[in-house]
Amino acid sequence: MNMRNIFALLSGGLFGAGLTVSGMVDTAKVQGWLDVFGTWDPTLAFVMGGAILPMAIAWYIARGRQPALGGSFPAPSDPRLGRNLIVGSTLFGMGWGLAGLCPGPAVASLSYGGVGGLVFMAAMLAGMWAAPPLRARLDAMGAAA
Amino acid sequence: MPLDWIMGLIGGLMIGSAAAMFLLINGRIMGASGILGGLVDGTGRSNRSERLFFVAGLFLVPLAVVQVYERVDTNLTGNLAVVVAAGLLVGIGTRIANGCTSGHGVCGISRLSLRGMVATVFYILAGGVTVVVFKHLLGII
Repeated sequence: MNMRNIFALLSGGLFGAGLTVSGMVDTAKVQGWLDVFGTWDPTLAFVMGGAILPMAIAWYIARGRQPALGGSFPAPSDPRLGRNLIVGSTLFGMGWGLAGLCPGPAVASLSYGGVGGLVFMAAMLAGMWAAPPLRARLDAMGAAA
Repeated sequence: MPLDWIMGLIGGLMIGSAAAMFLLINGRIMGASGILGGLVDGTGRSNRSERLFFVAGLFLVPLAVVQVYERVDTNLTGNLAVVVAAGLLVGIGTRIANGCTSGHGVCGISRLSLRGMVATVFYILAGGVTVVVFKHLLGII
């Protein structure tokens, strides 16, 4: 097993443990965060804040360096927003609000999330499989406009 | 401070440390939808094993954690039509937007990416409106 795979396994594992400990696998907490007219639950803001802090330090450390296992860091973020970002994020947000699950927690809770968790995962993977042609159509619409 | 908020902060620090490790060691952005999507649509063929090991960790460690931690309930709705619709929207939306809560949210905002911040504003707004409409107006969820 090479080092890249070992650290991918460790990163995924720590991500999953963090999602479980933070309560973000609980759809009631996620929907509680989105429900500003109900009993609003601010937990997600603590999770997001806690996650952004070490990652901001990591981006700072990455400056002018190379990844430990070689290769290069991801390209600087693209400043262009574009229709795909807006349309895609809106569709994602609708699904996130409906069920209270996003891709990370969906995988993390798969082993204890029951039948509903499996159904969500199957539908999400089907959506990911169906997305490239839809994205191409959005791009074509943008080019024609 | 309520215990839930403290656990949220601790869990968040773990999530951010995972993302930091994946960036600094493997040179990759820890975005769950990108890692999964690349496996599904074939765009991630060149680093397939790295993606599979990440997903394996993401699946297996929570499985171990819940054995010792406590009983965790996802409280997912029993309405399977809603679950299917939500899953499709999450799958399609994250791939069209090229990121989700981990990629755009955690990894994007932390590097002050405009795309990450705008995406996060839109999915939170869309999620909020969806909860208002489907919970308070329609009473479906």
